[in-house]
Amino acid sequence: MKVTRGFSGRPRDPTVSGDRVPPGQYVTEDFPVLTAGPTQRTPLGSWSLRLQNGEQVLGHWNWAEFEALPQTELTADIHCVTKWTKLGTRWRGVTFEDLMKAAGVESPPLGFVMAHCDGGYTTNLPVADLVEGKAMVATHFDGQPLPDVHGGPARLLVPHLYFWKSAKWVRRLCFMDMNAPGFWEALGYHIYGDPWREQRYSGDR
Amino acid sequence: MVPARRDWQEATAVAFRKETAKVSSITFHVPEWSRHSAGQHVDVRLTAPDGYQAERSYSIASPAGDAKQIELTVERIDSGEVSPFLTGTLVVGDSLELRGPLASYFTWDPSGASPLMLIAGGSGVVPLMSMLRTRHNAGSKIAATLLYSSRSAEDIIYRQELDCLASNRDGFTLVHTLTRAVPAGWQGEHRRVDTEMLAAHVFPATQVPQIFICGPTAFVEAVADQLVALGHAESAIKTERFGPTGEKR
Repeated sequence: MKVTRGFSGRPRDPTVSGDRVPPGQYVTEDFPVLTAGPTQRTPLGSWSLRLQNGEQVLGHWNWAEFEALPQTELTADIHCVTKWTKLGTRWRGVTFEDLMKAAGVESPPLGFVMAHCDGGYTTNLPVADLVEGKAMVATHFDGQPLPDVHGGPARLLVPHLYFWKSAKWVRRLCFMDMNAPGFWEALGYHIYGDPWREQRYSGDR
Repeated sequence: MVPARRDWQEATAVAFRKETAKVSSITFHVPEWSRHSAGQHVDVRLTAPDGYQAERSYSIASPAGDAKQIELTVERIDSGEVSPFLTGTLVVGDSLELRGPLASYFTWDPSGASPLMLIAGGSGVVPLMSMLRTRHNAGSKIAATLLYSSRSAEDIIYRQELDCLASNRDGFTLVHTLTRAVPAGWQGEHRRVDTEMLAAHVFPATQVPQIFICGPTAFVEAVADQLVALGHAESAIKTERFGPTGEKR
């Protein structure tokens, strides 16, 4: 580790426990917006979510049906690959397991999932990272409906991975048999994206 | 194939140029640099004596290529942790760690045929400048426009160089807009970017321009929405947002 001459950094914040901030991240109170293109604005009336096995539709919900599914609240720290970390964010939505249950799917048919979103964005995830309450389709942030700039009406929330995995404007979750890169993963970002191992870019171990 | 890891490497500051009161360009010698495309960024890592590290991303300002010297242009954020160091403490001969080039979406390559539409707010001009410098180096005659919003004339980054590029008459059009006071005899626009300004200066959707927007979040949000309303395909609009959204809880 090479010390940078003249750099001391911010005063260390004693209220922020180091084990909540992954390497290379800094804590922000703001909620920055990062998106590769224009913000998507899908009216609730034309919104739907599908759970698929490849092309086969396992479950299909319009907004009212989706809102009627069991709701779960989750508080988590989130970590964006652009270096900001936001602590203690409060979300509400439908866990991935409750989605499977609502679709009558007892166990995941395949090992990976590709999330497809309005605007064409995609991201890939191992099913193991979506189950056991680790992930949800979130519709509320901090007690309010999720604003569109932050992925509303509904975004994937997988807080233990870098936040590009928590795909905004999610519309389809498709099981797939092999891991395949989504949008950022095909453009040089890490295939898995564990912030604690600092897996930002392709090739990071 | 697993791509090679972008390892941290030592970079030495070799030159500084003050662009505005808050903005400096820093040239780094990076012995192991491979090559980069216009629009890519690097991650910079600083290490304090107690082992504390801070990392930030900065867009590369220098043109695409394999030169072992790259330029970063950094705006000092007074409440920031890394930018005051880069623009105030770092001197020629100092070194730091960086890795890159990184990300390959917000990039432009002069082999394309579509008109190039660049829209910048403040220091969002940096990756767009890399594109314009790349275009110039390539001798490209592809129609290109930069619509560049600054607060005041004193806040315009790369002002002389942009004027110089615009005087080449090689298909590049420069449009400044200032959102605050304008100097006497100001020839550019004088208001925030709005739909009317975009309609006047952006290549029409029928010409299918490649559009790059970079700036503060609210600026990019507004411009991208207006371009979609003007009929531009979302897939042709690439954006980079930075800075606070002002949302706290």
